[in-house]
Amino acid sequence: MSEASLAGRPLVPPIRPEYDHVLAPFVEAPVERVLPFSTRLWQQDWLRKGLIIVALVLVWEGLARWQDNDLLLPGFGATMAALVEGLVNGELLDRVRISLVVLLQGYVCGIVLAFLLTTLAVSTQFGRDLLSTLTAMFNPLPAIALLPLALLWFGLGSGSLIFVLIHSVLWPMALNTYAGFQGVPETLRMAGRNYGLRGPSYVIQILIPAALPAILSGLKIGWAFAWRTLIAAELVFGASSGRGGLGWYIFQNRNELYTDRVFAGLVLVVVIGLVIENVVFAAFERLTVRRWGMAR
Amino acid sequence: MISTAPRSEFSITGLPDPRAWGSARREEASVHAPVAADASPLLRIKGVTLEYRTPERVVRATHRIDLDIHQGDRFVLLGPSGCGKSTLLKAAAGFLRPVEGEITLGGVPVREPGPDRIVVFQEFDQLPPWKTVAQNVAFPLRAARALGRREAAERARHYIDKVGLTRFADSYPHQLSGGMKQRVAIARALAMQPKVLMMDEPFAALDALTRRRMQEELLSLWDEARFTLLFVTHSIEEALVVGNRVALLSPHPGRVRAEINSHAFDLTSIGSRDFQDAVQRLHSRLFEAAPEPAGSTGGSA
Repeated sequence: MSEASLAGRPLVPPIRPEYDHVLAPFVEAPVERVLPFSTRLWQQDWLRKGLIIVALVLVWEGLARWQDNDLLLPGFGATMAALVEGLVNGELLDRVRISLVVLLQGYVCGIVLAFLLTTLAVSTQFGRDLLSTLTAMFNPLPAIALLPLALLWFGLGSGSLIFVLIHSVLWPMALNTYAGFQGVPETLRMAGRNYGLRGPSYVIQILIPAALPAILSGLKIGWAFAWRTLIAAELVFGASSGRGGLGWYIFQNRNELYTDRVFAGLVLVVVIGLVIENVVFAAFERLTVRRWGMAR
Repeated sequence: MISTAPRSEFSITGLPDPRAWGSARREEASVHAPVAADASPLLRIKGVTLEYRTPERVVRATHRIDLDIHQGDRFVLLGPSGCGKSTLLKAAAGFLRPVEGEITLGGVPVREPGPDRIVVFQEFDQLPPWKTVAQNVAFPLRAARALGRREAAERARHYIDKVGLTRFADSYPHQLSGGMKQRVAIARALAMQPKVLMMDEPFAALDALTRRRMQEELLSLWDEARFTLLFVTHSIEEALVVGNRVALLSPHPGRVRAEINSHAFDLTSIGSRDFQDAVQRLHSRLFEAAPEPAGSTGGSA
């Protein structure tokens, strides 16, 4: 409470003279300014992330030199040498190819199944119940835990690998896609129906593009799950019909104590993961959801 | 029927002949020679009761509504929130089925949403964000298979020019202001050349200055194209300015309280005496105390 109202008089603001300026064109300073070069440079994502990686490499190399035991912790230089050697003689590339072929099969199967399950879920109550029950049951189950069963059912071959890959992709993908479909604004749905869209053309022309941010994040999560599941599965039983992938390469070289090659394999796992995330998915995002203002 | 009683009551309360209200009547100012519209209504809402379901109960949104909308009408549904005006519009658009009564468009019962009744919603997210302005306007034309690709693009250009967004044809909706988005929605609706253009509080989310300009633009578009408009609003001024006929709905459940003519008013008449009188009349009917239903026990006070 102010003093005036305490004293019993209502508070009255002062009455000031009016004024009316005619504004001359503004010339004192430029309306827009370009940010300094260093600021703009620092806004580059790749530069900041690259610096982080350089710092990590330096720490790694320092630790390795301090440790001075190539069997336990080979340095960055030794790892790079092993990596280049593996790439040049073609062995690593071959392993990567084997891994990626299996991975893509499982990934695509998982995505297709996820779409079928989600379509069922958006169209019927039974589908919704089925999806929520299945995802509640299987999503927490690590794919690797199914590997013994898969080996029993599908034998030592890419069949078992694809089975666990589907398991690792299907549930997170279905959950995300379903959440994305649920999140499509009611107005947009009505607009779509207003145009006379129905059935598959409604799903393809309205629901999927509108849910694309969620679908994309499902694809990314599915990719990461699939990649790590595949490497882990290969580490456990590796060679399918005598030709193993990247995980098998790591496992084999650990047995033979080629620690630098183990590190080279791990680096390649990381690099492939980073490239897919930062090049493939990032480009897709830039061309779609970012351009449309659906994600920042 | 239910709606005739309040209608006659309204005329008893002394509504002057609408022709005496304004001087510069839009219809007369138009360069077009007035064409007498078909005598039978284009959109007929007959004894329509609408209900919606919540998890616990069924709510009656409107009760036996009778309305006739003729070709070239700018028909406004005016009422407070809870009077079911938006629900009624959605039923006319085909999104809801009446539990009683019938809605016919050109004599054919309305059963589902269709491109002959394009709706402009209040929300800005009615435009698919993944399409540019030009694609957004052409999209319903393509989706309804009304036109081929090139014809659709051409007609989209035409209507984008009409709403003054030529420079933004290749922008995405998120790059536009709210008013521009509504202009796109209107261009999209007009490009479809629907039998009835439906607008559900289209300007309610806009700032006052933009809203005023949009009303003006809508009226000049109507002057040019003479489409049939069904317009929902809760603003008395907007109803009088935009509409040539205003149906006043009472809430809980929505029933038609009155229908008045407002073809004499446009944006220039807002300050006028007649306009203020009409506003006052509608205002008093909107905020009158609800008559006690027979057998009711006690008021809310």
